[in-house]
Amino acid sequence: MKYLSQFGIILAISFVGEVLNRIIPLPIPASIYGMVLLFVGLLSGVVKLSSVKDTGKFLIEIMPLLFIPATVGLIESWALMQDFLVAIIVISLVSTVVVAAAAGRITQFIINRKTKK
Amino acid sequence: MKEFVSNSMFFGVTLSLAAYAVGILAKRRLKLFIFNPLLVAIALTITALLVSGIEYDAYNSSAKYLSYLLTPATICLAIPLYEQYKLLKKNFTAIIVGIASGVLTSLTTIFLMALLFKLGHYEYITLLPKSITTAIGIGLSQELEGYVSITVASIMITGLFGNIAGDIICKVCGIKHPVARGIAIGTSAHVMGTAKALQMGQIEGAMSSLSIAVAGCMTVAGAILYSTFI
Repeated sequence: MKYLSQFGIILAISFVGEVLNRIIPLPIPASIYGMVLLFVGLLSGVVKLSSVKDTGKFLIEIMPLLFIPATVGLIESWALMQDFLVAIIVISLVSTVVVAAAAGRITQFIINRKTKK
Repeated sequence: MKEFVSNSMFFGVTLSLAAYAVGILAKRRLKLFIFNPLLVAIALTITALLVSGIEYDAYNSSAKYLSYLLTPATICLAIPLYEQYKLLKKNFTAIIVGIASGVLTSLTTIFLMALLFKLGHYEYITLLPKSITTAIGIGLSQELEGYVSITVASIMITGLFGNIAGDIICKVCGIKHPVARGIAIGTSAHVMGTAKALQMGQIEGAMSSLSIAVAGCMTVAGAILYSTFI
């Protein structure tokens, strides 16, 4: 029962996220609205940590598995991609490294400067 | 056999689970970073489909239930974030400035490399959402009138790369602080990178989760401006 009621709460939040996604004309998905809702819910005490934690941790743990179907779906858009495949791959890989370096180094720099003071 | 499998309600999920199990085993036995469970699982599943001639749609008719859980799972990322709330409050400025510079770097790098590869307007804007989570990326690509399926492909390639190499990139770039490592991975490789960050540590996972939402929203605003550049 514990897992079922926790899953119920998480699905209910997903549904509210879906409703917000329909009503608000911004390209923000249900999952992001839901994440903010759950975060605010936990902070304000409306949702207790113990009433979502076990199922939540389980869903987070199996997350890599959930990406498999969509990524396998790349074989469907293969024909479309062929024309500029090299550009897509090079741009994706290079920018991932550069972005991680910039975001990480700058965050680290500000944290370290603050601790030194 | 093929026809039976095409109508099966369980084939796609079973194949994905089995491929992922092999991926986890391979990682445990052969401690090489290229044996990333997700990468191995995807390679095995694609190979299985191509060899057997089973259509993607037939596979996905049951595998789609795994995708179905993605929204609830992403929402649950609020849990590790809540558990690290004190740390978030303490480092708020560093985190927001860090994510913002990551987003700006992302858009600028894509712009410069699009010039380098002489991409046209539509190809360029198609790649702008590549570092953000799929659902926001799709919305943004539609909004800008890009090729949505190619946007999804670039997001997947980015995420998969972040999932495989996230910890190595941090090491090479000298990013040691757990908060900074989480921000780096979440800002550059969205939810798929976050799956890796969660394995690196609770703080990394929480900060990476936060970056998905913040970087996603910042990118939407920034990409609309950047889309006018080419």
